[in-house]
Amino acid sequence: MAEVEEGCELFSAGHRACGGCGPALAARLLLKATGKNVILVASTGCMEVFSTPYPETAWGVPWIHSLFENAAAVASGIEASLKRQGRSEKVVCVCGDGATFDIGVLCISGAFERGHDITYICYDNEAYMNTGIQRSAATPYGASTTTSPAGACSLGNPHPKKDMPGILAAHGAPYVATASIAYPNDFVQKVERAINTPGPCYIQVHTPCCTGWGFESGETLAMAKLAIETGLWVNYEMVNGQVQKAKKVRRKPVEEYLAKQKRFRHLFKPARRDDVIANIQAVADANAERFSIDIKPKESSE
Amino acid sequence: MALRVGCAAPPGKALENKTGAWRVFKPVFEPEKCTKCGMCAMVCPEGCVHETEEGTFEPDLDYCKGCGICVEICPKKGIRMEKEEK
Amino acid sequence: MLEFMEGSHAVAEIVKRCRPQVIAAYPITPQTHIVEDLAQMVANCEIDAEYITVESEFSALSACLGASAAGSRVYSATTSQGLALMFEVCFNAAGMRQPIVMTIANRSLGAPLSIWNDQQDSISLRDSGWLQYYAEDNQEAADLHMIAYRVCEDHDILLPAFVCFDGFILTHTYEPVALPSQEEVDAYLPAFTPYQRLDAEAPLSMGMYATPEYYMEFRYEIDRAMHRSKQAFIKAGREFGEQFGRDYSALVEGYRLEDADTALVAMGSICGTVKDAIDEMREHGRKVGLLKIRTYRPFPAQEIADALKGVSTVAVLDKNISLGNGGAVGTEVKSALYGSGVAVYDYIIALGGRDVRKRDIAAVVDLAEKGKGDMFYGLRTEVL
Ligand SMILES: Cc1ncc(C[n+]2csc(CCOP(=O)(O)OP(=O)(O)O)c2C)c(N)n1
Ligand code: SF4
Ligand code: SF4
Ligand code: SF4
Ligand SMILES: [Mg+2]
Repeated sequence: MAEVEEGCELFSAGHRACGGCGPALAARLLLKATGKNVILVASTGCMEVFSTPYPETAWGVPWIHSLFENAAAVASGIEASLKRQGRSEKVVCVCGDGATFDIGVLCISGAFERGHDITYICYDNEAYMNTGIQRSAATPYGASTTTSPAGACSLGNPHPKKDMPGILAAHGAPYVATASIAYPNDFVQKVERAINTPGPCYIQVHTPCCTGWGFESGETLAMAKLAIETGLWVNYEMVNGQVQKAKKVRRKPVEEYLAKQKRFRHLFKPARRDDVIANIQAVADANAERFSIDIKPKESSE
Repeated sequence: MALRVGCAAPPGKALENKTGAWRVFKPVFEPEKCTKCGMCAMVCPEGCVHETEEGTFEPDLDYCKGCGICVEICPKKGIRMEKEEK
Repeated sequence: MLEFMEGSHAVAEIVKRCRPQVIAAYPITPQTHIVEDLAQMVANCEIDAEYITVESEFSALSACLGASAAGSRVYSATTSQGLALMFEVCFNAAGMRQPIVMTIANRSLGAPLSIWNDQQDSISLRDSGWLQYYAEDNQEAADLHMIAYRVCEDHDILLPAFVCFDGFILTHTYEPVALPSQEEVDAYLPAFTPYQRLDAEAPLSMGMYATPEYYMEFRYEIDRAMHRSKQAFIKAGREFGEQFGRDYSALVEGYRLEDADTALVAMGSICGTVKDAIDEMREHGRKVGLLKIRTYRPFPAQEIADALKGVSTVAVLDKNISLGNGGAVGTEVKSALYGSGVAVYDYIIALGGRDVRKRDIAAVVDLAEKGKGDMFYGLRTEVL
């Protein structure tokens, strides 16, 4: 348990995240993996705001925030500087899905193409939460957000989630992984592997947001777990572009996940939208197919 | 206190913000049921669940926001929520 | 010893001797020769720096910000559209008090697209918290880089700086330049000592956000550092003069102003043309002089007021326009001379590379002395 204790110290209590915040837990866990010898680069967003109102920082490690969309470029500069100075700190970006999937793509693509020795962690809460739950390219199909609201002629967000891990793997990233706070040890191990792999590595960690998704704060981990159990989120690793390990599950119908969240309520009330639910089920089925996550009868869970 | 150049600050100050005041419900830990698995401490987003000398766990109510994650995660159902007495 | 070389090359040679540890820049005309030269110097191991071949100017300055925060001396160069793309990072780097030095090869901003010179680009960033120094010729452009590093890295200042020199007119022009040796530059510019840095041994959160309780005070501190930088510049400029024989201790510099009735005010390479025009006008008995602004930010309002005390008419040459409100420099000179009784006229001139000749300067003086100004000068009305 000593390591857990250290994690607590490095990301301290007193931060201003909502009770039950998934990203806040991810922050704690990732510091457990990195330890002290790290420099974090943050993007504007919930995690930055809830952890650093001047002068009350929650970070016990060097941390820098510049803008919403430039963390990967700032990290490139830090890495170059450390290299020149012969220093050993690991450079780790911690950025929201909006910063990662949308506005920061230019900087991320540049940093990955140039091959800087950085780890980029996207904490994915599937929308722009800091500005009031607007959609991002990470928002799942069918979710209602304040800029993709459900309405008489809208089913919510009409676009599928962007395949950011695939995009970064295609840049030649040696290690790309998805993770979930529902499996803390797995996430910690993946961060450890990423920071110890030379070159640019990417981790996308599913971090449910009770406020933005609309569920009880105590259910954050349960929601993250259901996402995996329905096949809507897949935990996998890509090493040199090849999918190596994907967590297998006995899949539940997506409805179990959708029905628990306000962002999908319009699929059930006032009238059921079986068509949309079927489309979402198809997303899960496609994931299951692509990553072979279904546990066949007799096969046991890994 | 003089402002630090560049809106920078050393660690430690967040602890001055006692988020326990936000709580509506509080977790009550029952050490008798605890198997010391440590999951509650691992997943608390505040990092405010600490090990006691006996090896069981308890929350630091100065910071606990009462989110209930520890209650959900405890495999022994050894934590329950109670309405906060104000 | 004077060497005949291109302006961009002179700047690159001086930047090399300033020993930046991280360089991040993105090519754009007319800045390209500088960054190409530096890339070659890095490739030849003539300079011990990391050269980050970023994918955009936005990342160039962001990378410089990160490297500076991690404790390295950094350098970048850009112009025009590239600088516009950096807009957000510019404000951020100044607010985070990173002593970044960046060359601006001044160029107009589109639309319409134009690669030619004016000063719209850097002047549009006048409120960003960057020191802005303007060079009249290539020698001054090169020298100002050393001075800029001295001022920026002063722990009492900690602000970034633009060293501006006119695109093509200077960047691509060959002039004799005195290049100090590495030892001489080292003697003038000490190794970089960061005021604070990202360091696992002494953790710090940098670039936190400020609530209304703190925001104004942080902005106030930046403004104060801006004002303090005047003295730092004067000192660095004087010491430069003592070491190299070229004195830059003045924020503004007068030329034949002593007995002038009419003064032109200008920045950058146009000052050379203005000086020649003044010499000619003086031969015809006209009492004309020039006040050259070297440091546009911080704005030397008092110095301008003092220097122009004796004149009756001022003509400001603005190679920019604050669309809807005349030229930026003219507006500020008017405010500096407010209540002095001096008549100040503003001329928008030489936008997008329009040539300015001595007779244009004489024509501007004629207009000013007739009380006609606050106008575009040199419009081709036949195409309107
Ligand atoms: C250039 C720019 N555009 C927009 C914003 C406003 N903004 C701040 S945070 C944010 C959304 C952040 O979303 P995400 O990265 O997903 O982080 P989250 O808040 O969800 O944790 C937006 C739109 C900004 N700060 N800068
Ligand atoms: S809105 Fe969501 S991500 Fe933001 S602090 Fe609250 S729970 Fe966390
Ligand atoms: S989760 Fe429950 S059983 Fe495990 S340590 Fe905490 S209180 Fe004890
Ligand atoms: S209720 Fe939430 S904040 Fe309080 S101890 Fe449990 S997990 Fe931590
Ligand atoms: Mg988000």
